[in-house]
Amino acid sequence: MSKVKHSKFNPQDVNRRQFLASTAKAGCVVGLVGLGITATATQSRQLDPLAIRPPGALGEDDFLSACVRCGLCVEACPYDTLKLARWFDGAATGTPYFTARSIPCEMCEDIPCVKVCPSGSLDHGLEDIEKAKMGIAVLIDEKNCLNFKGLRCDVCYRVCPLIDDAITLERQHNQRSDHHAMFLPTVNSDTCTGCGKCEHVCVLEESAIRVLPAHIALGKTAEHDTYINTEETTLEMLNKGLSL
Amino acid sequence: MTKSTVKKEAIRDAMNDSSKAGFAQAAIDELGWWRAHKFLFLRRLSQLSVLTLFAIGPWFGLWLLKGNLSSSELLGTVPLSDPLVTLQVLMTGHIPELTLILGALFITVFYVIAGGRVFCSWVCPVNLVTDSASWLRRKLNLPRLGEMPRNLRYYLLGLVIVLPLLTGITVWEWVNPVPILYRAVLFGAGSGLWILLAIFLLDLFISERGWCGHLCPTGAMFALFGKLSPVKVSAVNAKACDNCMDCFDVCPESQVLKPALKGKQMMITDSDCTQCGRCIDVCAQRVFQYQNRIALKAENNQ
Repeated sequence: MSKVKHSKFNPQDVNRRQFLASTAKAGCVVGLVGLGITATATQSRQLDPLAIRPPGALGEDDFLSACVRCGLCVEACPYDTLKLARWFDGAATGTPYFTARSIPCEMCEDIPCVKVCPSGSLDHGLEDIEKAKMGIAVLIDEKNCLNFKGLRCDVCYRVCPLIDDAITLERQHNQRSDHHAMFLPTVNSDTCTGCGKCEHVCVLEESAIRVLPAHIALGKTAEHDTYINTEETTLEMLNKGLSL
Repeated sequence: MTKSTVKKEAIRDAMNDSSKAGFAQAAIDELGWWRAHKFLFLRRLSQLSVLTLFAIGPWFGLWLLKGNLSSSELLGTVPLSDPLVTLQVLMTGHIPELTLILGALFITVFYVIAGGRVFCSWVCPVNLVTDSASWLRRKLNLPRLGEMPRNLRYYLLGLVIVLPLLTGITVWEWVNPVPILYRAVLFGAGSGLWILLAIFLLDLFISERGWCGHLCPTGAMFALFGKLSPVKVSAVNAKACDNCMDCFDVCPESQVLKPALKGKQMMITDSDCTQCGRCIDVCAQRVFQYQNRIALKAENNQ
């Protein structure tokens, strides 16, 4: 019995000084490692503006909290649109993204990528793919867009899954010839899903229309602005003065 | 002090002798090559089978297991997920889908029963990398440099769990080598393999069994799961031990052997033991074997 006691409280095991020293050492090592991998992670978490998250993806910060990088969405995608990011790829390593210019989202009605997501980083509340907000298409280069030159290319408009809604052709007088019309592709940022089909098909060598993340593509009215909902602002309200 | 140095020298001599004659030559002579590599072979088979089950999906369209070790779907119905990544997600404050939590529970229950670090030696792909480093280290007779404390992994496990709370992101998943290796094979994401190269070089030149035996937080978590598992390796024939040191040489967690060989309790109950069975393989005296402690207890009670 006494032998057992002796081995349990062996004075050679650990004394207070050793305990404090080793705890301090381990604390330092762990702290440094923690700083190291946190720095690595935050350095390489930046999402390339041309890397688009799958439909239903949470905001980038929440997405990086939730995504377990299992690749189930990638394997569920019937069109090989989704890829898992590699190191140095423009998205946090192991997370899913796609590049519209290579393979755009085909907007499957049953949204298999969202259904299979175990973590909820792709929001299961998204049931109608037309409500998806993967990004916003922006006609980024009016100078080279053929329609802005007065031609009837129209390819981005024709291919849009929400034709006449997400992209419309706005008729305008052609100043150059002075007697023709121009049909300018115009994106409706409220309905554009960011599927990227327009960017994919643009006939130029470098696409004139590009899907960008909403935080880059959209402006935002200041919170205190009276005219936040211009559609609901009536003439009467304006005449009365700015009392809300 | 002199006593311990003498002991160490004796150990070193023994090790040198065995390396001159070829590692575990006694076991191979006594039992034949096959029996001296049985569990090594079975483990490789198990590791590669799991990897193949995942890989035949993206490679050939045969979907038995979708996803990877972080989270997967067995036969399109049963969710399985890595408890550590699930815990990290929870620590960021995100509430995941029920499937992720269920999957983590299934895996936890499985390894509590099967033996925690059975994952490390029978499933984890990084084991292939660190075992090759250890093999090469033995072949080249590389010197042992400083030894890191074995419990560093538990501190790292704590760190991995606390970091998401502080940063809001699952920091560990950037560098976690287990899914990185799987993603490289399944999705062709080879550019993360530099981490595995780093681990290989660490194990080879700097610290023997540095990664799996000292640092890996996933292994630390599975070790905690394995405290209660029924099947363990046991030195049932400890009396026959001839101190050839082959088991110490090959064991990834050699500190667990001494209590079993020289202490009172034959069974290796230390949950750091990965139950790889290499000690069973390399022992010409057949000292070790797997034992089910619950069955054993029932037998003793009768």
